Amino acid sequence: MPAGLLGIETLERSFIEAILCRAKDFQHVRSQAMKKTDLLRGRMVVNLFFEASTRTRTSFEIAAKRLGADAISITASGSSISKGESLVDTLNTLAAMRPDAIIMRHAASGAPHALARVLSIPIINAGDGTHEHPTQALLDALTILDHRTSLEGLRVAIIGDIVHSRVARSNIHLLSKFGADLVLCGPPTLVPEQFRHIAPGVSITYDMREAIRAADVIMMLRVQLERQHEAAFSPGEYFQFYGLSADLIRLARPDAIVMHPGPINRGREISSEVADSPSSVILNQVENGVAVRMAVLERILAN
Amino acid sequence: MAKLLIKNGRVIDPASKRDGLADVLLQDGRVAVVESGLEASDAEIFDATGKIVTPGFIDMHVHLREPGFEHAETIETGSRAAAAGGFTSICCMPNTSPVNDCPTVSSYIIERAARLAIVNVFPVGAITKDSAGAELAPFGSMKQLGVVAVSDDGRSVMNARLMRRALEVARSFDLLIIEHCEDFNLSALGDMHEGVESVRRGLHGIPAISEDVMVARNLLLAELTGARFHVAHVSTRNAVAMIAEARARGVRVTCEVTPQHLALTDEDSVPYDSNYKMKPPLRSAGHVEALLEGAASGVIDAIATDHAPHPGSEKMQEFEKCPFGVIGLETALAVCLEKLVHSGRAPLTRLVEMLTIGPAQVLGLNRGRLLPGSPGDVTVFDTELEWTYDVNNSLSKSRNTPFQGRTFRGAPVATIVGGKLVWRRPESVPQDS
Repeated sequence: MPAGLLGIETLERSFIEAILCRAKDFQHVRSQAMKKTDLLRGRMVVNLFFEASTRTRTSFEIAAKRLGADAISITASGSSISKGESLVDTLNTLAAMRPDAIIMRHAASGAPHALARVLSIPIINAGDGTHEHPTQALLDALTILDHRTSLEGLRVAIIGDIVHSRVARSNIHLLSKFGADLVLCGPPTLVPEQFRHIAPGVSITYDMREAIRAADVIMMLRVQLERQHEAAFSPGEYFQFYGLSADLIRLARPDAIVMHPGPINRGREISSEVADSPSSVILNQVENGVAVRMAVLERILAN
Repeated sequence: MAKLLIKNGRVIDPASKRDGLADVLLQDGRVAVVESGLEASDAEIFDATGKIVTPGFIDMHVHLREPGFEHAETIETGSRAAAAGGFTSICCMPNTSPVNDCPTVSSYIIERAARLAIVNVFPVGAITKDSAGAELAPFGSMKQLGVVAVSDDGRSVMNARLMRRALEVARSFDLLIIEHCEDFNLSALGDMHEGVESVRRGLHGIPAISEDVMVARNLLLAELTGARFHVAHVSTRNAVAMIAEARARGVRVTCEVTPQHLALTDEDSVPYDSNYKMKPPLRSAGHVEALLEGAASGVIDAIATDHAPHPGSEKMQEFEKCPFGVIGLETALAVCLEKLVHSGRAPLTRLVEMLTIGPAQVLGLNRGRLLPGSPGDVTVFDTELEWTYDVNNSLSKSRNTPFQGRTFRGAPVATIVGGKLVWRRPESVPQDS
């Protein structure tokens, strides 16, 4: 079976290190006038997005093009899914046109994993339901490493709607593999106890102040109202108890960085003051997304 | 009429406390005599040397999908799969299309089964019209036709007042109520057991409490009404404990467990593989332990497969869209031998009890025993035969099994219904190494 990238959980540390190392090389491409290389000339990737996305889809497309590959983007509304075709048939049809990889986002957890068992083409997971978003965790790690020399021993607070977050799961697996201490925080309905057991080094608190105290990294998550099918917490008081405001940041280490996978909801989970402050590395994350995805595409397609 | 003499087997008939070498003579579709050293010159002989001979297995929970979903299974194909699993009697659940909620549908199933099924088929009717949980089905007239129990299987009767009424009416007809116990508010959107694995996989959970709450409610209603009440496919530790406690108090409650729930945990399930997706979901190890204990101790009355065929097209979708359920008739005995008998947890007689007289008594059927005059339903099986399950050879129309490629020790050898051999294990073909 061809090696794609389905999730962080099953990856070896060495694989992650190699990607991050190569992504560091690609960080320089963005400041060059000539941004295009021919490392993947003649290759083609299909971006297949069954769920809305701006940054991830664009980022993968730019990454492919900067490597000299062709990239085609398909969104569900314009595809034969709306004509009743099954997912596996859609993928088989695309695979028959012999792209070199399919980059896929889907609202169902595990959709790419189930497909990878039957398709003979590498699949790169660009986010599956509430499960994993591996390239987001890789770009987050790269962003942290822009500010710290190592991930080991870092105190990372992940705050918000953890249960519905594929970003949280991928980050938990990645940071745990490298020995970070992870503190998850949010309303109990959005941070189930079972998270303690999905990876080593994970703890849970329902108190923002405790989560942020002495943190090196504060990762805020978007409240995913579209994935909540019931009132898991009163929206009116969410920000008061789980939003990130400037006075809370003072509890963290002075050089702490604030991250957010976007899109941000100013005033709901993060104040504008914090989002635009020097601690915020939100736009660096977006920048690093291209470099990381170049490294991933090169690794998967170059052989 | 033809005679069949089953010779030299170890006859295990828990209902008559028999366990030893004996011959079984079947005549005119019934058991004539069970004794050692029988001779009958005019009888066809079945040599059961080294095999176990028991009353025909009864599976009180299968889905035959007819009428309405004949692409998944039919009464005929389901009955053939049952025979290949050693089952001589099966009860088919009412969630067909239309739902078996009236005498017309009941008699359709009974007539089709009489013509096409190779084992006995006993329909289970619906509790409510269209199993919609609003209006009671006509229990009395369905029972007169041959319906052996009522259930809104796949759904629970969420309205407690209506369930109370159902139990009251069922009691007046001495009709068994079977309930798939699940509080659908607590389990909403769930795709697998709620636990570390569901959180890890990013799937909505079906918490154990969604079963516990409904079992507790139903036990109280059964106690209040005095009706006979049966818990389908029990899957949680608390449910087993509550059933045992209620029975000790005199509540007329029984329960069944499926082989898959005895054999597999949530952690065993291959992520996002719908061959492991079922309701109730595969639970965590602690629950499975309680089920094994309940089966060994006698709290659990019956093994039932919940054989639930779905075509590949429906099981090959996004996991959250895939229907619940797996097939299980052909693997039931082998799975239970492995988990209960070979593992040393329960004697073989206990397993035979749960496959024969156990379900017969739950249903009030005059079957499940080998006494002179009993229906000539006999299962012959081997406890040692090594074989590997290949679902591509299944007699079911569907292929959704979690046991594909699994090697087992022990299998059915022959299935005899009404004195006639309806299935015999094909001679195994030597495989190239």
